[in-house]
Amino acid sequence: MNSAILALEDGTVFEGRSFGAPAERSGEVVFNTALTGYQEVFTDPSYSGQIVILTNPQIGNYGTNAADNEAAHPYIEGLVVREFSAMASNWRSDTEANAFLTQAGIPVVDDLDTRALVRHLRTRGVMRGVLSATEKDAAKLVEKARAIPSMTGLDLASRVSTAERYEWTRPLDRCSPSELLSPAPEVRYHVVAYDFGIKQNILRRLVQVGCRVTVVPSLTSAEDALALHPDGIFLSNGPGDPEPLHTQVANIRKLIGRKPIFGICLGHQLLGLACGGKTYKLKFGHRGANHPVRNEVTARVEITSHNHGFAVDPDSLNLNELEITHTNLNDGTLEGFRHRSHAMFCVQYHPEAAPGPHDSHYLFDDFVRLMGGK
Amino acid sequence: MPRRNDLHRILIAGSGPIVIGQGCEFDYSGTQAAKALRADGYQVVLVNSNPATIMTDPDLADRTYVEPLTLPYLEEIIRRERPDALLSTVGGQTGLNLSVELAEAGVLERYGVELIGARIDAIKKAEDRLLFKDAMRRIGLETPQSHLVTSPRDGLDFAESIGYPCILRPSFTLGGTGGGIAYNREELVEILERGLFLSPVHEVLIEESALGWKEFELEAMRDLADNCIIVCPIENFDPMGVHTGDSITVAPAQTLTDREYQMMRDAAIRCLREIGVDTGGSNVQFAINPHNGRMVIIEMNPRVSRSSALASKATGFPIAKIAARLAVGYRLDEIRNDITRQTPACFEPTIDYVVVKIPKWAFEKFPGADPSLGTQMKSVGEVMAIGRTFKEALSKGMRSLETGRAFGSEKFDKELIGQKLITPTPDRLNYIRFAMAAGYTVAEICELTSIDRWFLEQIKEVVDFEAGLAGPAGAPSHDTLRRAKRYGISDVQLAQAWGMEEIAVRERRKELGVRAVFSRVDTCAAEFESFTPYLYSCYESSCEADARDGRKVVILGSGPNRIGQGIEFDYCCCHASFALQEMGVESIMVNCNPETVSTDYDTSDRLYFEPLTLENVLNICDTEKPGGVIVQFGGQTPLNLALPLKRLGVPIIGTDPENIDLAEDRQLFGKLLDSLGIRCPANGTATSVEEACAVARRIGYPVLVRPSYVLGGRAMVIAYDEEMVRQYMREAVSFSQDRPVLVDRFLEDATEVDVDALSDGDGVLIAGIMEHIEEAGVHSGDSSCVLPAQSLAETAVRAIEEYTVRLARALHVVGLMNVQYAIQNGTLYVLEVNPRASRTVPYVSKATGVPLPKIAVGLMCGRKLTDYTHLTGGRVSGTLAVPQTFVKSPVFPFNKFPGVDPVLGPEMRSTGEVMGVGVNFGEAFLKAQISAGSPLPEKGMVFISVNDRHKPEAVKVAQSFAALGFRLVATRGTAAALRNAGLTCKTVFKVNEGRPNAVDLLKGGAIQLAIYTTTGGPAFHDEKAIRRSAVTYRVPCVTTMSGARAAADAVAAKLRDPIRVWSLQEIHAQKTVA
Repeated sequence: MNSAILALEDGTVFEGRSFGAPAERSGEVVFNTALTGYQEVFTDPSYSGQIVILTNPQIGNYGTNAADNEAAHPYIEGLVVREFSAMASNWRSDTEANAFLTQAGIPVVDDLDTRALVRHLRTRGVMRGVLSATEKDAAKLVEKARAIPSMTGLDLASRVSTAERYEWTRPLDRCSPSELLSPAPEVRYHVVAYDFGIKQNILRRLVQVGCRVTVVPSLTSAEDALALHPDGIFLSNGPGDPEPLHTQVANIRKLIGRKPIFGICLGHQLLGLACGGKTYKLKFGHRGANHPVRNEVTARVEITSHNHGFAVDPDSLNLNELEITHTNLNDGTLEGFRHRSHAMFCVQYHPEAAPGPHDSHYLFDDFVRLMGGK
Repeated sequence: MPRRNDLHRILIAGSGPIVIGQGCEFDYSGTQAAKALRADGYQVVLVNSNPATIMTDPDLADRTYVEPLTLPYLEEIIRRERPDALLSTVGGQTGLNLSVELAEAGVLERYGVELIGARIDAIKKAEDRLLFKDAMRRIGLETPQSHLVTSPRDGLDFAESIGYPCILRPSFTLGGTGGGIAYNREELVEILERGLFLSPVHEVLIEESALGWKEFELEAMRDLADNCIIVCPIENFDPMGVHTGDSITVAPAQTLTDREYQMMRDAAIRCLREIGVDTGGSNVQFAINPHNGRMVIIEMNPRVSRSSALASKATGFPIAKIAARLAVGYRLDEIRNDITRQTPACFEPTIDYVVVKIPKWAFEKFPGADPSLGTQMKSVGEVMAIGRTFKEALSKGMRSLETGRAFGSEKFDKELIGQKLITPTPDRLNYIRFAMAAGYTVAEICELTSIDRWFLEQIKEVVDFEAGLAGPAGAPSHDTLRRAKRYGISDVQLAQAWGMEEIAVRERRKELGVRAVFSRVDTCAAEFESFTPYLYSCYESSCEADARDGRKVVILGSGPNRIGQGIEFDYCCCHASFALQEMGVESIMVNCNPETVSTDYDTSDRLYFEPLTLENVLNICDTEKPGGVIVQFGGQTPLNLALPLKRLGVPIIGTDPENIDLAEDRQLFGKLLDSLGIRCPANGTATSVEEACAVARRIGYPVLVRPSYVLGGRAMVIAYDEEMVRQYMREAVSFSQDRPVLVDRFLEDATEVDVDALSDGDGVLIAGIMEHIEEAGVHSGDSSCVLPAQSLAETAVRAIEEYTVRLARALHVVGLMNVQYAIQNGTLYVLEVNPRASRTVPYVSKATGVPLPKIAVGLMCGRKLTDYTHLTGGRVSGTLAVPQTFVKSPVFPFNKFPGVDPVLGPEMRSTGEVMGVGVNFGEAFLKAQISAGSPLPEKGMVFISVNDRHKPEAVKVAQSFAALGFRLVATRGTAAALRNAGLTCKTVFKVNEGRPNAVDLLKGGAIQLAIYTTTGGPAFHDEKAIRRSAVTYRVPCVTTMSGARAAADAVAAKLRDPIRVWSLQEIHAQKTVA
């Protein structure tokens, strides 16, 4: 069995067995605590530029399947797990996880102490790292890790965004004959979705509530977007730091008040910036499928899916204009707000789940209601 | 929605005796609930008939009733205590059924008691199969096709329409009692008839079979604000067809994608909402067709369950505690997560390890029982193991089972592989390994077992690795050792493979730096800091044990529940822990049983969830470096480790392990008794068949033969002739290993007495002198006993006290000691001495109001009896006073094992116990019998058939029953004796004489009580037939004359005394004042 090394910028080195592509990749090293949904994590464009540690020790068990992809290909830079399964067992699996990542050129390291690694990142904060199945000299890898440009200040969203505008009309496929999935209603609304790294489940969910979606590139101007005559604007999730996305923020500022807007994750952060707020980097981010978020309007708690390293500072928001609608109960961070006078709301977490609980699907219905003028 | 201030006093109903399907997990849930409610300022009134529970400890509630869990007694308790609410969801099925009964009888309404936890309509909707099916259909969830039938005819019709096999589930029975899988008409009729009878409402659900489907369980919680969380998804290793209590289960679920898992999560939450579980935990079970993903919902329990206990231990999320708080109005987001402190309980735990639960069965105790596993639960206990991977957890789990056989040394029959894989039995896991070693592929095994390929592949990887280990290793390499340990392979197994000593393997790997470290169970996969040292071992790079300096003591627990070693020992271990904490000593618990209170992270300062093996305990001692290790509270499991631990320099506190050993060593102990002038039955030891026969000839038949070092009379028999001795020796050797077999003269018709005593090395305080109701020969754990002793002569009591003191001093006992005596014709014999906590310690503690384990721990830590006079009513010697009469009675699982002879003997077979409290013996015995589920009749017909020796006694008993208005029927010889004494009596045939015979009368419902003693030799066919029918038709059956006398006393009490109850606090109030 070949070995692979994960080296962090602070000199920490872990060695394990090499799976996936025998390659070397670098990025910000982050951890995700979800028990299920590794394939969705692999293919979520928001993980662009990141090496992902999964805390669930058994990964790959159920293989991968075409229907569960969040994008056309995996976006993670590398994968770090405790035990990677060589075989797949599930009725929907079409490709083993190892083959899936190998084809995409992504290296995997397993059999190392992921818990120690997570505890290290929890205390020290996320850091840069290199995962290599080719270089055996750990010191060199540490050097390389230190040379990686920091994620702060980079416009990663435009790198992963679609180059061309496209239409999306596909709803969800059933994963089981027993899945309760009402057929998608007739199309009532046209949504223009800004792609900053959009997850396909957002698109499927929009179709599922009666939307036709036109996905547009990250730098599409407000005028061009409005020229498509949308009933609503959707601002997607995406990787990295929102702060350098000045063009996007400027466009969004022009759209507020013109059309109903719904933002998720990076979309939420950009709305925060567009409304005059500030964003900051979290020590080790929120990545998982178990965060409790209180809806401040209904006082109900939702168990939510998260993937973000940055957040909007609630103290930076003008609460005369904006209203905080969602709060994270673990650490009190801002999870959602809406505009008091314009049709605009957003959440930091992922109501489309994939992976994660479906507690927040109602937000898509809220968007539809907003577009219906209610 | 914060705490409800309109409630002040809350009644918690426990689950009664430990039975198959309802184990000590409900002691755990009840204890948690009581603690949580009291911490919130509520008064708690607690009722449970099981004295071995921690929840019935007077310290845990404001009022504690050890009384029968039946309507009349509960009504009396409610009348006296006037609780504002009844919490229905933490007492298992018994507590739930009782709540329904109280509501339906109007008792709750009459006394203004609100049902909290689950409302009556929710309980019904969840428990009534038809209502449940309708409810699920309304929310779009599929259930297996099914039909509720009340007659065999309807059943047959429906079964024909869905085809065989089909599943039968009687309504409202515990642990699937009476259920089964019918593969043909004949089996259908058999199971259906039994099920219709056993169901209290005489209904059986016949259901489409989902045999071989994947099975999952979700533990869900919901609060009054409709916040819902799933605590843990659990996947069954054994597919559908094996009761989940008998399945190996794994957390988290391993083979579902997020889409599929979320579909199940959504379904579970919908289910809770539709059923109307407003507050608390529920368990929802699903099956998934592995070929197309079709999902059906199997059932839901609107209460805390066995699986909730498992899920709590698996994740660190205390379901019962939180359920109790939700029931009094709290919302999930108002409750804090104890482990992380800063985050709320309203979240879904995530784990970075794998948990495996493996059941433990006791078929060896029930010769003739069908060992195949099906829809009716048959296991008596379980272990849980935590590892970083499934492989590691599974290996640790298998080691935790204490099979008594070294791992890998099992004998398999190649011919049987196919059959053993197809039909699930306790052996299946071993046979999977064996089949792999024999060349079966994963695909083949998957086809035969329907077990998911992923699980099988994991096992295969370990089997292949083990195959590569065989042969002398020279000096095993770092990489091999590291891999082996990360696969969970024990030092013992490695030693075996390499022809080394276990300790040599240990030394070698420590040299190479392959050491166990400890990780924390923290609910959050290390995302937040954890403040509770709840630990498991693994072979990773960093250790989170964070051992502290200062005084600390390790308590070794008792491992999986089994017959002979159960909750009583957990009671002792928990109390030991509480006592240590009170003395300012850090308490460190080691155990692997997820059902227990001892494995609650709240119980001790530190919890190590680990197998109780030398290797694992040494790892803990290396890390903690404790000042002492306590081995005398966990039953035989820690005692087996005592000497090896001591020899490796681990400080054992309390009675010296050498002396514990001495008491087990026949020769040394015999000499000791001689020197003390104490008599014991003539005896000898043997290591061969011929030797055993020679000893038996010398001391005379009947003889009691048994291996040394067993608990619960494992493999113990009374042999009446040489042939029995020979047969026994041939079968028992595998259990005795290198230990000799013990042969004792058996004392017929002797009275047996159990004594528990405390000693500080000088002084000896006798805690209880318990008189057995059954004669010697019935295992002490299977005999009812009474405190205070009822019929012992003053001189006998003196002699017992005197002997006990002498024995305690001679053995330098520090802590607890148990002695079993027999009195035959006025002569006192010592049968056995165990210098450790016994099964009766919780019973004696409750009867005397003196917390024995607490004092024992103090003595072990160097205190003296004189330091505890505030607890013992001033006594430091003599025998503790017993303020009322307390009867302890055993509870048997015979109804789970149709066809097994329910006769009592020297091998223990009861799973649990109950206690009855009264002002006279009859009343206490009556209550104990009610609680044990064999209530005595008030009127009707008594059947009597006894051997000649017992006829004079039988006449007296018959006179008592006749005087109480009973009619009599007897077999010929007995009938003649009764008529000679002037009694009116019908005659009935024995089974082998003709018909109608006694069995016909039993089946026809003509007999309400059977008194039947054996002829002294091995049981005959008709005796078995009578006992079996009595069990099947639930007619109380007494098999000893002393038992018959007690039954007569109890019936008299039933007709004479009103329903009355006493709380333990009232009973022992005086002592507290003194």
